[in-house]
Amino acid sequence: MNIPADLRYTKSHEWARREADQKSVVVGITEHAQEELKDVVFVELPPVGKAVKAGEAVAVVESVKAAFDIYAPVSGTIAAVNTQLERQPQLVNQDSYGQGWFFKITPSQSKEWEQLMSSGDYTKALQVST
Amino acid sequence: MSATAGDLQTTALHADHVRLGAKLVDFHGWEMPLYYRGIIEEHQAVRDHVGIFDISHMGQVLLSGAGAVVTLQQLVTIDVAKLQDGQAGYALLLNHEGGIRDDIIVYRLTAERWLIIINCGNREQDVAWLQSHLAPRATLAHVSAGRSIVAVQGPRAAEVIRELAGETAAGVGRFRIRVLPGRQEGWLSRTGYTGSDGYEFFVRDADAVELWRKALDADYRVQPAGLGARDTLRLEACYRLYGNDMDETTTPFEAGLGWVVDLTKPDFIGKTAIVQRQEPARRLVAFELSDAAIPRSGYAISLSGRPLGAVTSGSFSPALRKGIGLGYVPSAAATPGTEVEVEIRGRRHAAVIVKGPFYRQ
Repeated sequence: MNIPADLRYTKSHEWARREADQKSVVVGITEHAQEELKDVVFVELPPVGKAVKAGEAVAVVESVKAAFDIYAPVSGTIAAVNTQLERQPQLVNQDSYGQGWFFKITPSQSKEWEQLMSSGDYTKALQVST
Repeated sequence: MSATAGDLQTTALHADHVRLGAKLVDFHGWEMPLYYRGIIEEHQAVRDHVGIFDISHMGQVLLSGAGAVVTLQQLVTIDVAKLQDGQAGYALLLNHEGGIRDDIIVYRLTAERWLIIINCGNREQDVAWLQSHLAPRATLAHVSAGRSIVAVQGPRAAEVIRELAGETAAGVGRFRIRVLPGRQEGWLSRTGYTGSDGYEFFVRDADAVELWRKALDADYRVQPAGLGARDTLRLEACYRLYGNDMDETTTPFEAGLGWVVDLTKPDFIGKTAIVQRQEPARRLVAFELSDAAIPRSGYAISLSGRPLGAVTSGSFSPALRKGIGLGYVPSAAATPGTEVEVEIRGRRHAAVIVKGPFYRQ
């Protein structure tokens, strides 16, 4: 299972990457999550500019079988969304840590980042749950 | 079928599903494959080539004796006297109020021997219902234990069946059944629940395992397919799913199954009740979403914000690349072309009622 060491993770299987300029956090779902979902067919993204709270459901990913919420790992404002997913939702399955990203958040509370799981913690959490 | 995994029942092919890496789910108390490689891939394999399904969770019942026809005539909505040896009929079991107890397939093996396939979730109730309505000189045997059903579906299914069961068996006609050569108590029918051409084996467990492995081992490119693809395939064909699209509170006319009801035949249970209900106030309709969203069972259907009814089946259609579904609306709004809305996560999405099916081979 690919769990990149330079990312942070949530229990609900989102990954978060702090961009080089430290101004925004990119969010997507983990390889484990995309494997569980299979066959992603639609993605519903939040409006840019929307204020979100950590743990709030802000996007939806639809597989053939069911719909799943994607939660904001940190609080802040939606700075950008990956509109490419509207045309190519399969990118979530094909490249979950790259082109399959969902949205970017401009964080409002820097300490929330520190509370996210490291790759080691996420790996352990997966081992417990599976 | 027989064994149990935890609290769940399993089929004779369970170990094969595990070996194939199937994602297993609880389906009405049975641990069954949801998919092996992915729902869309398996769906496409059935549409373009061949898929193989283990559907041994469905019930198999043998009704025998000189009273078999009389028994069926009072229980089912079709005139079984019109069926010849080796012919199948899609039929409904109704309650006294005209509600649908189950949808079944009856296969006339001979005038005095009928194979009846019942839904997994209704096995015990159906058997009890049939048992309590047996005419004199009719006997019922619930033969599911020790037996399996394997469906081979897709445009190239005939080629695979030729290899598995021979040329003659593969020639069985649409909606017909014949004895499977060389197998005890084994039958092969040209039926299915996918909307594509296909066959179903009704055989003993050991034969099912052998046929399954033979189909996969040989170089036929047969794709094992799970209940996920079975659901998207049947929905594209607008086949109703018992428990979702109909139940004891829906009549055949509401469910769009008036064609399965023969009101000219002698009395049958539920007939009196439905004769007066041929023009129902609500009807099951097929609809497709106009924008990128997927309807799911239970979502509200509305018209200009006014509630109409609810979705009973919904999914993504691989053929149309959009959301499709079935649901109940008032008869006045049931005309194809009517524009409605489906409420998805608090937002109303435009949908249009269509004649269906969404896919035709």
